[in-house]
Amino acid sequence: MPKTLLDKIWEAHEVAPSLLYIDLHLVHEVTSPQAFDALRLAGRPLRRPDRTLATADHNVPTDGSNMAAQIRDQLSRVQVETLERNCREFGVPLYSIGSERQGIVHVIGPELGVTQPGMTIVCGDSHTATHGALGALAFGIGTSEVEHVLATQTLQQSKPKAMRISYGGELGFGVTAKDLILGTIGRIGVEGGVGYAIEYAGPAIEALSMEGRMTVCNMTIEGGGRAGMIAPDETTFEWLDGRPAAPAPLPREQWSELRTDAGASFESEVEIDASALSPQVTWGTTPGMVAPVSGSVPEPTSEGEERALVYMDLQPGTPIEGIELDRVFIGSCTNSRIGDLRAAARVVEGRRVSERVSAMVVPGSQQVKAQAEAEGLDEVFRRAGFDWRSAGCSMCLGMNPDTLEPGERCASTSNRNFEGRQGRGGRSHLVSPEMAAAAAVAGRFVDIREWEAA
Amino acid sequence: MNAVTVIEGNISVLRRSDVDTDQIIPKQFLKRVERTGFGEYLFYDWAKEPGWDLDPNPILVTGRNFGCGSSREHAPWALEDFGFKAIVAPSFADIFYSNCTKIGLLPVILPEEEVEALMGGTEARVDLERQVVSFSGREVPFETDPEIRRRLLAGLDDVGITMQRGEEIDAYERQRERTGPVTTAL
Repeated sequence: MPKTLLDKIWEAHEVAPSLLYIDLHLVHEVTSPQAFDALRLAGRPLRRPDRTLATADHNVPTDGSNMAAQIRDQLSRVQVETLERNCREFGVPLYSIGSERQGIVHVIGPELGVTQPGMTIVCGDSHTATHGALGALAFGIGTSEVEHVLATQTLQQSKPKAMRISYGGELGFGVTAKDLILGTIGRIGVEGGVGYAIEYAGPAIEALSMEGRMTVCNMTIEGGGRAGMIAPDETTFEWLDGRPAAPAPLPREQWSELRTDAGASFESEVEIDASALSPQVTWGTTPGMVAPVSGSVPEPTSEGEERALVYMDLQPGTPIEGIELDRVFIGSCTNSRIGDLRAAARVVEGRRVSERVSAMVVPGSQQVKAQAEAEGLDEVFRRAGFDWRSAGCSMCLGMNPDTLEPGERCASTSNRNFEGRQGRGGRSHLVSPEMAAAAAVAGRFVDIREWEAA
Repeated sequence: MNAVTVIEGNISVLRRSDVDTDQIIPKQFLKRVERTGFGEYLFYDWAKEPGWDLDPNPILVTGRNFGCGSSREHAPWALEDFGFKAIVAPSFADIFYSNCTKIGLLPVILPEEEVEALMGGTEARVDLERQVVSFSGREVPFETDPEIRRRLLAGLDDVGITMQRGEEIDAYERQRERTGPVTTAL
């Protein structure tokens, strides 16, 4: 019987029905302290430290602080120090603040090569779906489940339903992976993927870079899906080859079998014409409230949308390109990899950030930062007037000093435009790195397709 | 975890859809390393809005896709600490639903029109054993995954149960574990 990629990975990891073996457990400082505490309290050991990897990202200031003791916010400092103590006690490898391998957990996993095709990967973070871009089954879990994996290296889990989203055609000039996933969420809705693992397929997906694929899988949860995945191919293998934890030589033949068989059935199938997508901008307070940059703020059709327009201080009918900005944030586990930074740097090279805008670039990891600096991207951004920061989650969720002030409007390459997400009263518009870079220069949203041509 | 069987009493109504976990418990409260005491920060920003009224009744009744967004278990912890023991909605986000069941906070899915009807009342009774919600003299059935239901009814500790299956996990590791990245050797 033909199988889906999900079937193949699931079956290979069933210890018993609904008991799933976990190949890799990624850990960060926010969702783990209570889990380590519970282990200690019950006197339970951590089953597989060699399949566990930790970093500090959510709380880390991006000002270049290089040890926990330098974190001024006392609660943040305690949380990072607690992670350091827990990892020492339980023997978990940790790249904490100050390590050259520190970074956002969903950036460093693939970057180190610990994320590999065919694996099961979990982390106490909803954006764990990112790792599915390399052909893994990866999903976010809560702290009770973190404890469960630390103690048993397994999860009690029933198999999700399978959805396939197939993209025909090619993305047009100036249209990116971010626009593809925002457009998809606009189409299926923020609840459309609930109960599903989503496989992204088709020529437009195959044509994406590894970084672009990670952007797509990353935002699966914003459409309600817990896991997003893409079959591994040459792009995947080339990208993984030579990374610190990648096997040498790569088991290409074995990994090549990790694809959905012809004729395999999905509980749900969606088809999207990639060539019809435009650059996208969110106008509301869920990632599904999204419009093409050439469009305008729509008439609200529900109480939620009415509320969102009040919160965002926007009038229906306002052209998206007429929306002026105070801040620009390029970063987050969605768009902070070297490819994202290169794309944004190309847009701002030789230009200046608008006087009304304060703009920042936050690399996803110290390694991305070092690579960008080796290529001179930091200079491009600095000369244009961007603030060049150190690695961390930064203003994606404002658990660190990088936040929006009440009423500030921000073009952000992150993944959530929820009320207060980037700072209480802040107004977030989600866009691609290229669109964010152009918006920083123009002081308002511009259609990157026309702007680049100019 | 305490066993969950019957939850009855007054209801609290939150008539909003797509309520995300950032609203349930904003990020500034995730910095604590303890598991308790989150209730006073529940809906921290919304609670400041004029007309906000949400009492700590046993049952919360709310809109579609409740608990979307971040995987933070702090959200169910805050709801439970505030006083809720069951949440009734037309649908829940996956991770949030799972997190609730791990701490004995019962998520109940009812059809949209039944949730609407329930919102018009003042009290209800949720019976997990019989899988029915009773209100206004009626009984409305709901479904729960049999395994989740069994654990909730018995108040079982998931980690303890799985640890008793250590031999099965050992066997899996011996027979089927792939060569994979060794994080301790990086």
